[in-house]
Amino acid sequence: MAAPGEAAVDDSHVGTQKRPPARYWQESEIEDKDGNKVQTEETSSEQSVQPKNQQKRKKRKREVEESDGKKMVVSGQEDPFPGPAPIPVNRLQKFKRKEKVKKPRGRKVRLRDMITRSEEASKMAQKQAARFDLLLPEDAGFLEGDEGEDTCTISQQDIADAVDITSGTKYFNLKLSQFGPYHVDYSKTGRHLLLGGRRGHVACIDWPSKELMCEINVMESVNDVKWLHSEDMFAVAQKKWLYIYDSNGIELHCIRKFNDVLRMTFLPYHFLLATASATSFLQYLDVSVGKEVAAFSTKTGRLDVMCQNPHNAIVHLGHHNGTVTLWSPNQKEALVKMLCHQGGVRSVAVDKTGTYMVTSGMDKKLKVYDIRAFKPFKSYFLPAGASCLSLSQRGLLSAATGDVVQVYRDVWSTPVNKPYMAHRTRGAVWGLHFCPFEDVLGIGHGDGFTSILVPGAGEPNFDGLDANPYRSTKQRQEWEVKALLEKIQPELISLNPTDLGEVDQVSFKQRHQERVEALGFDPLEKEKFVPKYKKKGRSSAGGIERRKKQVAHEDQRDEIRKTVEDKMKMEKEQKEREKKKAALFVNKSALDRFKK
Amino acid sequence: MKVKVLSRNPDDYVRETQYDIQRVPRNYDPSLHPFEVPREYARALNATKLERVFAKPFLASLDGHRDGVHCLAKHRTSLSTLLSGSCDGQVKVWNLTERFVRGNSCSFLWNLLLHGKEEEPLNTILGKTVFTGLDHHQKEGVFATCGQQVDIWDEQRSSPIRSFTWGVDSFSSVRFNPVETELLASCGSDRSVVLYDMRESTPLRKVIMKMRTNTVCWNPMEAYYFTSANEDYNLYTYDMRHLDKPVMVHMDHVSAVLDVDYSPTGREFVSASFDKTIRIFPKNAGHSREVYHTKRMQHVICVKWSSDNKYVLSGSDEMNIRLWKANAAEKLGVLSPRERQATNYNQKLKEKFQYHPQIRRIARHRHLPKNIYHQAKELRVMKAARHRKESNVRKHSKPGTVPLVAEKEKHVVTVVK
Repeated sequence: MAAPGEAAVDDSHVGTQKRPPARYWQESEIEDKDGNKVQTEETSSEQSVQPKNQQKRKKRKREVEESDGKKMVVSGQEDPFPGPAPIPVNRLQKFKRKEKVKKPRGRKVRLRDMITRSEEASKMAQKQAARFDLLLPEDAGFLEGDEGEDTCTISQQDIADAVDITSGTKYFNLKLSQFGPYHVDYSKTGRHLLLGGRRGHVACIDWPSKELMCEINVMESVNDVKWLHSEDMFAVAQKKWLYIYDSNGIELHCIRKFNDVLRMTFLPYHFLLATASATSFLQYLDVSVGKEVAAFSTKTGRLDVMCQNPHNAIVHLGHHNGTVTLWSPNQKEALVKMLCHQGGVRSVAVDKTGTYMVTSGMDKKLKVYDIRAFKPFKSYFLPAGASCLSLSQRGLLSAATGDVVQVYRDVWSTPVNKPYMAHRTRGAVWGLHFCPFEDVLGIGHGDGFTSILVPGAGEPNFDGLDANPYRSTKQRQEWEVKALLEKIQPELISLNPTDLGEVDQVSFKQRHQERVEALGFDPLEKEKFVPKYKKKGRSSAGGIERRKKQVAHEDQRDEIRKTVEDKMKMEKEQKEREKKKAALFVNKSALDRFKK
Repeated sequence: MKVKVLSRNPDDYVRETQYDIQRVPRNYDPSLHPFEVPREYARALNATKLERVFAKPFLASLDGHRDGVHCLAKHRTSLSTLLSGSCDGQVKVWNLTERFVRGNSCSFLWNLLLHGKEEEPLNTILGKTVFTGLDHHQKEGVFATCGQQVDIWDEQRSSPIRSFTWGVDSFSSVRFNPVETELLASCGSDRSVVLYDMRESTPLRKVIMKMRTNTVCWNPMEAYYFTSANEDYNLYTYDMRHLDKPVMVHMDHVSAVLDVDYSPTGREFVSASFDKTIRIFPKNAGHSREVYHTKRMQHVICVKWSSDNKYVLSGSDEMNIRLWKANAAEKLGVLSPRERQATNYNQKLKEKFQYHPQIRRIARHRHLPKNIYHQAKELRVMKAARHRKESNVRKHSKPGTVPLVAEKEKHVVTVVK
């Protein structure tokens, strides 16, 4: 073993050491002030003569000695970045689900162990997800003006000229002035666009390639259009009833139970289509089974304004008296009623994390609410009010007044005093919808449809298993099957979507109520005292009252005695505990036994 | 102005050729995946239901014996070899993969000695009394028999090297501890379980229970735990060091439990009972997780868990040995990586949501033959009545005169050293 070792010494490519590594026998010598230099020179000459394997053995020993302190590498240098790579705190926070649970003390060892283990696993998962975040391929868009240039003055044509050709084609205008103002809807993947004109023109388009999938005229007035779970089917709320069409334009269903529908919203994970009608009915339709799940008469008048909270699938309705009500299919009454505006509510929008709700009203105000705590957050004054609102995936808000569309950035974090972008359309704006996963805003107006570029609106990195704009037919079929299998039952819709994950601590009252229901009577109830009817005139009204009072008095005395006893016991225990504590802390001395 | 608009190159997101797999970019941002808990709940519900759909544990029946199968023996190293002995003295060596008999012999002693490939036994030992049980040492060439007393034999000798007696006239089974290889346990007819150390001259200690134990099996992973199959329809897991109270009482059978065998992981065991069923219990749970029964299977006399932790073999009264899957819904054979990942995910989901009432209801559901179902209900009613009467007596007597006895302590009479 000496031969290869010696050869290695001569041509070491690792890095020439300027100083020989310190030896354990040298450290004490170095401390001597006399002959310091001489000693080190001696040892350096010694070292070169020594065979390499002895060096290696000693190096390994040294490594072992110093392994608990700093990690040393073979070359002798210190690792400048010890430990695993650090993760930025805000990225880690993004993936945090729940706070740490308080562990039960006492003899519940197994439960404590399980909680610790699951928390460790959850922490590991959080770290891995945060690390993976670095590998996301795309970055979000942005628009920055030059010095002194306001971003809201930059026109769409300028932006389209400045970006690449493919992005430039995303700014386009469809001139459809014949069939009335248009409602817009983008499918969940952002690939397909549905246009519904008021006078009956319905068209679905694969807008990146401008391919027309179908185009029909339903010969009736159209109140709203909505894509269902995929680009295969869409729902059209026509003058009288609700119709469901295939993407080839074939009418599949005419649902007469849903009449006078004005607005629709689709809950994708529950496969529920929620509709708001002119007769103040809110109805839920399960599109996978084809059954009406719930129908509520809200008794609040014409329901014009509707939106859903994507975080917990709660439907928000805006009313003409300025209130916004929150509905779930499990309760006949509204879950929450909030007074938002002094006039009627014109539009509502909720962000994708379910934290903020933006509403605009007839009082020309735009208000931001924290929907988790139901508290007003910010309030802005718009000189002309906003008739339509839409929130993008990255938190950009678009508000439309008349024929002008303005886009605001960061409505809830920094106070906004001017819009990020603005655009004027040819007709009055009827519908606004941000395209998911693209920097595009679709505007349906009286003169047709316009698609404008809004840099920074879309989420740059989509998840292929959830909504994949580039999916093939086979992938779509597989996704549909899996989505149907995972369909969430409407009974689970509530304000907090993680309700199922909480521990069901049934309160004593609830358990008692259940027991009473099961048994038919209340086992804890005290039996009423009925005094015995005494004969020979001894049971007069006064006598009976006296006997009752006596028994009640005795019961009261028993109760008082019991409570006093309990109190005394608790106080005694407290005193004993304090004594024990005091006994621990007091310094004991030999003379303690002489103290009283 | 500086502007960047999101533009994706489709070449990065769409596969190149038809023969590639599809590209699936991932983003684990929780805001892109809402409703995590309800969706996982839906998946767990589906997983539980599918488990019940695919729960088909019966694999094969080995036919050939001409009398009821009395005992089974596993080969220590070969997974496909099984030996079975029947009540008429016939010993068969089976090849489980092809399910045929490899060898066949008759012997006068109806116990199993692991002998070679020939049809004739290597050695025959004539004993003075009948032998009722037999077990071989894990490593050395030593085996133990039990009959009127427990004898330790060396393979080369024709008389026992040591004999243990403790005032009992017959022992029904003896077992060596697979971990602490010098220890033995045996079941005596005086309702006792006796522990021995091979190196000492007298037995260690004895625990006497309310009813007789039929068989004992040691936990192959934990040296000090053994499970005894008792006549009072229960199984008791004891810690060898503290015999005064069993660690666990396993209650689910509706008739005497005849045989018990541990899985090689030491986490579960299977028990055969006179009530024509075999049950699989987790080692630390009071109730079974699985019950196997067939119309054709009559009283199950012996049961073995195969050494690869996948199969359970049961030998019964009606001359058949049946091969069952240990996990009823498991897919046998080689699984592709995606299949394995899917099974692991489903398993974890089922574990996570196992306490939710709807899922628990489905996971627990097992079909039972009518007589066993009614018998179990009757036993439950009887137990509830006994409990109710005892608590009434306690309620109406002086506090302290009727003490609360834990369920575990009720079954042990005494421990004798």
